[in-house]
Amino acid sequence: MSIVLPSGSGDSFKAVNKYSAAVRRPIEPVGRYFLAHASRTLRGHTWSEFEKLEAERNVKQVEEDEDDDLGDEEQSEELLAHDPREWKTANLYAVLGLSHLRWKATEDQIRRAHRKQVLKHHPDKKSAAGGLDQDGFFKIIQKAFEIMLDPIKRRQYDSVDTDNDPKPPSAKTKYDFFEVWGPIFESEGRFSVKQPVPALGGLDATKEQVDEFYGFMNKFESWKTFEFKDEDVPDDTANRDHKRYIERKNIATRKKLKQEDNKRFIELVERAYSEDPRIKMFKDQAKKEKAAKKWEREAGSRKAAEEEAAKKAAEEEAAKKAAEAEASKKADSKKAKEAAKAAKKKNKRSVRNSAKDNDYFGDAGKASDIDADIELLLEKFDDVKLGEVAAKVKDADAAGVKAALSEVVAELVGAGSLQASYLKYFSA
Amino acid sequence: MSVIGITFGNSTSSIAVATQDGKVDVIANPDGDRFIPSALSYVGGDEYHGTQAEARLIRNPDSTIVNFRDFIGKQFDEVDTTAAHQVGAKAVKGPQGEVAYEITKNGNPETVTVHEIAKRHFINLKLAAEDFTGKDVEGVVLTVPTNFTEHQREELTKIAEDAGLKTLQLINEPTAALLAHLSTEEEKLAQDKLYVVADFGGIRSDAAVISARGGILTILATAHEFGLGGDKLDAALSEYFAKEFEKKYKANPRSNARSIAKLKAESIVVKKTLSNVQSSTCSIESLAEGFDFHTSINRLRYELAARQPLSEMTAFVEKVIKKAELDPLDVDEVLLVGGAANTPKLATNISYLFPESTKIVAPSLDSKALDPSELVVRGAALQASLVEQFDESEIKESLQPIVVNTQHLSKPIGIKDAEGNFHSILVAETAYPIKKSIEVTNGESTSVVVELYEGKRTIKETVIEPEAADAEDSEEEDSDEEPEIKREVVYEAGDLLAELTLKNLKPNAKLEVIINITQNGVLHLSGRELKQGAIAIKGEVQPSA
Ligand SMILES: Nc1ncnc2c1ncn2[C@@H]1O[C@H](COP(=O)(O)OP(=O)(O)OP(=O)(O)O)[C@@H](O)[C@H]1O
Ligand SMILES: [Mg+2]
Repeated sequence: MSIVLPSGSGDSFKAVNKYSAAVRRPIEPVGRYFLAHASRTLRGHTWSEFEKLEAERNVKQVEEDEDDDLGDEEQSEELLAHDPREWKTANLYAVLGLSHLRWKATEDQIRRAHRKQVLKHHPDKKSAAGGLDQDGFFKIIQKAFEIMLDPIKRRQYDSVDTDNDPKPPSAKTKYDFFEVWGPIFESEGRFSVKQPVPALGGLDATKEQVDEFYGFMNKFESWKTFEFKDEDVPDDTANRDHKRYIERKNIATRKKLKQEDNKRFIELVERAYSEDPRIKMFKDQAKKEKAAKKWEREAGSRKAAEEEAAKKAAEEEAAKKAAEAEASKKADSKKAKEAAKAAKKKNKRSVRNSAKDNDYFGDAGKASDIDADIELLLEKFDDVKLGEVAAKVKDADAAGVKAALSEVVAELVGAGSLQASYLKYFSA
Repeated sequence: MSVIGITFGNSTSSIAVATQDGKVDVIANPDGDRFIPSALSYVGGDEYHGTQAEARLIRNPDSTIVNFRDFIGKQFDEVDTTAAHQVGAKAVKGPQGEVAYEITKNGNPETVTVHEIAKRHFINLKLAAEDFTGKDVEGVVLTVPTNFTEHQREELTKIAEDAGLKTLQLINEPTAALLAHLSTEEEKLAQDKLYVVADFGGIRSDAAVISARGGILTILATAHEFGLGGDKLDAALSEYFAKEFEKKYKANPRSNARSIAKLKAESIVVKKTLSNVQSSTCSIESLAEGFDFHTSINRLRYELAARQPLSEMTAFVEKVIKKAELDPLDVDEVLLVGGAANTPKLATNISYLFPESTKIVAPSLDSKALDPSELVVRGAALQASLVEQFDESEIKESLQPIVVNTQHLSKPIGIKDAEGNFHSILVAETAYPIKKSIEVTNGESTSVVVELYEGKRTIKETVIEPEAADAEDSEEEDSDEEPEIKREVVYEAGDLLAELTLKNLKPNAKLEVIINITQNGVLHLSGRELKQGAIAIKGEVQPSA
C-alpha cells in the first residue's frame, strides 16, 4: 500500500528551511556498497590537496584519542613571521606544534601534527578566511615535515636541537644532584650509539650501578652529527673552486663541532662525577672499609701485644701491690717488734722488780740470790712466758710473786730448760 | 594462491577463506583447532603453538606467552602488565622500551619482544592456512579492535609482513562480524537498521553501535572494558570448585601456581560444556596435596557462581548505547560476538535490556545464528575475497579520508502523507552522497504536495490493556498489576524543508519522489508521475553550515 500524498496546489517548488548540519564520520570500508561508494567518490573527480585535508577535519571519531590535541600548540608571533629563507634557524618542532615532544615524537605523531598545521596554515585556507596570502610559514611547515620524516635529516636536526635540553646549574648554586643531573643524562642519553643507556639512579644506587653508569658515560659514543650547521653549498657550477672550498670548510666545521661537543660531554661527566654525593660516599666508605680491613688484618699481633701489655701491666700492678704490702708489713712488724720490745722491757722490769718491790719476800738478806735467780729466769723466758709471768706478778702480793716465780722455776726445771743447780734461792 | 581472513585476538586466533559466491570456511590448524589459542611456549629447544602452548601454562608457565596482542605497538610504560590475566611468562621492558618477555630458551635466558612473538604466531597461522588450502597465501585481511591506534595498525602490518603475509586491508572487528552476519541473507546489508555488536572475548569486552544505511556501515559509538571477558567466568567457576574441594579435603587448591593453573584449565572446559548442555563433570588429577578432584555442576549453579561478571557484561551493553546517545528502543538487532558470547545466560540477560522488537542474535536464542566465535574471521574472509580483485594502490586510494570521511545526516528526512504521518526516506546517519526514491500516489486528488520534512524523534507509549481474562482470576491476580506500557520510537514531522507540487494527475497515479544529496551537501528533490513523457519537478535544499 503506497503512501497517499496530501492534496494541495501552489508553487511547483518552494524551499523553506535548510536541513540540519551533517556530521562527518568515517564510514567502514567494507562490503560491496562501500566499494561502490569509493569508486563513485573517486571517479571523475580530482580532489585538491586541500579538499583532501579538509575531509580529515572535524571528523567525529568514536575512539577517544589520547593525544587528540597533538599539534594544537600555538606558535609565537615571532615564529609565524620567521623568514622562510632562514628556515634552518626556526625551531622546527615548534613549527609543527610538537615542542613538548621534540625528539620523542613518533613518526605517527609527526604526521598527525603536520596535518593539523597544514589545515591551520594552508595558504588556501588563509586566503579563504580573508587573511593575508602569506605562505611563508607554510613553507617552513613543509620544510620541517620533510626533515622530520627523513630519518637521516631528522638525526642531523636532532643533533643541534639542544637549546631546550636541561642544562647543569651554575657551579656555586645549591641544588639537588639527582633532580638536576637525572634529566640531563636522560636527555644526553638519546645521542648514545649504544642503547639502552643506564640511568643516573638515586642515592640508594649500589656501587656497581654507579660504576656502571660512569663507566658507560666515560666511554660514551655519540651519534651527533653537524651537517645541519653547514653553510649552503652554492650550486653554481661556474665557480667550482669556491664550491669545493665551502665543502671543505663544512667538513672541517663539522669535525670541529663534533670535537667540541665530545669535549663538552666529557666535562659534563667529569663535573657530575666530582659532585656526585654517592662518589664521596663510596670513597668515605672505601676508606672506612680499608681501615677496618687493616684493623682486622692486624688483629692477631695486636691481640698478642695487647695481651702482653695487659700482662705486663698486671704484673707491674701486682709487684707494686706486693711491694706496698711488704712495706706496710715491714712497717707493721717493726712497730710490733718495737712494741714487743717495749713490752718485754716492761715485763722484764716488772718481773725483775717484783721481788724487790715485795721486800724479797721477807728474805731481804738473800736479796742478791733472789735477784740472781730472777736474772737467770728472765734469760730463760721466751716472750710468751715472760708475758705470762709478768702478768702474774703484776699486781700480786709477796707470796703471790714468790709462788708465781717458784711455779715457773719448777716448770722450767721440769722442762729441762733450767738446771736447778744454777739456782741459789729458788729450788725446784 | 589464495586470500584469507585472519582474526588475531588476545585469547584465540582464526583463519577463514571465502569463495567468490560468499561461502566461508573457517580453517582448522594441524591440531584440528579452528579457534587457535594465541599462545607460544618455548621448552627445551622447541616451540609450541596454539593449544599445545596453552597446555604448557600448567608445567612451564615461565616460558609460555599468552595475551600479548594488545601490547603490539605499545611502550612497556604505557600498558598494564600486572593485570590478573597476565599469566605465563613475565612481561618486561624491551630494548626499545617496547613490551617483551623473559623466557628461557635452551637453558639460556632470552628477551623476546612482542613483535617477535606475534611474528612467530603469524608464521604458524600462515603455515596452518597453507597446509589446509594447499595454496600459498597471497594476501590477508586482518581484523583489529576499533581502539587500535594508527601506530598499532602499522606495527601489526609490519609484523604480518615479517611473517611473510601481505596485508590487503585492516578492518575493524565489530564491522567484520556485522558484515558476516549481514551476508547470511540476500540484501540484508542494504536494509537501514541500527545494530549493537557486542564482543565478549577472553580478557576484554568490546561493543559498537553501528548504523547500516544503504549498505554503508558507520560506527556511531564504541566501548571497551578491559579485564572483562571469559577469563572472569573461568575465575568464578574456579573459585566455586576451589571452595568445594576445600570443604571436601581441607586442602587449599589456590596456594600454588600449578593447582591454580589446573583449576583454570578444567574450568574452561566445564564452562564451554555448560554452554551446550545442562550439566558437566569436572575432574582434575592431583589438584592439591595429592588429592584428585571429581565433581559435577549444572548450568544453573554455574550461572549463579558467575552472576557478577555476567551482569557486568550486560551492563556493558547498556553503556555503549548510552555512549551513542541512544535508547535500547532504537536498536534493531544485537549481534553477540566472541567466544564468551556462547554463554546462554549472557544472551538471555542482554535480551532483557531490549524491547521484544529488538532481535538478539545469539546461538542460544536463534538457531540460525552463526557461531559467535566465527563471526569476525568470516567477515575478514569475505572482505578479503571482495578486495582480492583490486591492486594495492586501488585499495589504498579507496581508504583515503576523502572517500572514508563522509557526511552523515543528523536527522531523518521524509515526507508527510495525507493523514499527516511522517515517512522517512533517508534515516538519520545516512551517509551522503546518496540517492533514494520512493513510490507514492495522489489518491483521488488531481494535485498533491510533496512536503519534505525533517523527522523529529518521539517515544510513543501505548498502554496495553490486559486481555479480558476470566472474571475469577482477574480479580485476585490482576487487580494490583500495573498495566503494561509499550514504548516505541516514532518519528513525527519536524521542520518543513520544502514543498513540491505535482499537478494535473489522474486519480491513483503512480508517482515517484527522489531525494539525491550530492557530495557537496546540496539536496535535490524531484517528483514526477511515472508515465511516459512526464516532466519531473525539481528543486534544491541547502544544508545548514
Ligand atoms: N562455547 C563457549 N562457551 C563459553 N565460553 C567460550 C566458549 N568458547 C570459547 N569461550 C571463551 O571465549 C573466550 C575467548 O573468546 P575469543 O576467542 O573471542 O577471544 P579473543 O577475542 O581472542 O580475546 P580477547 O577478547 O581477550 O582479545 C575464552 O574465555 C574462552 O574460554
Ligand atoms: Mg576479541
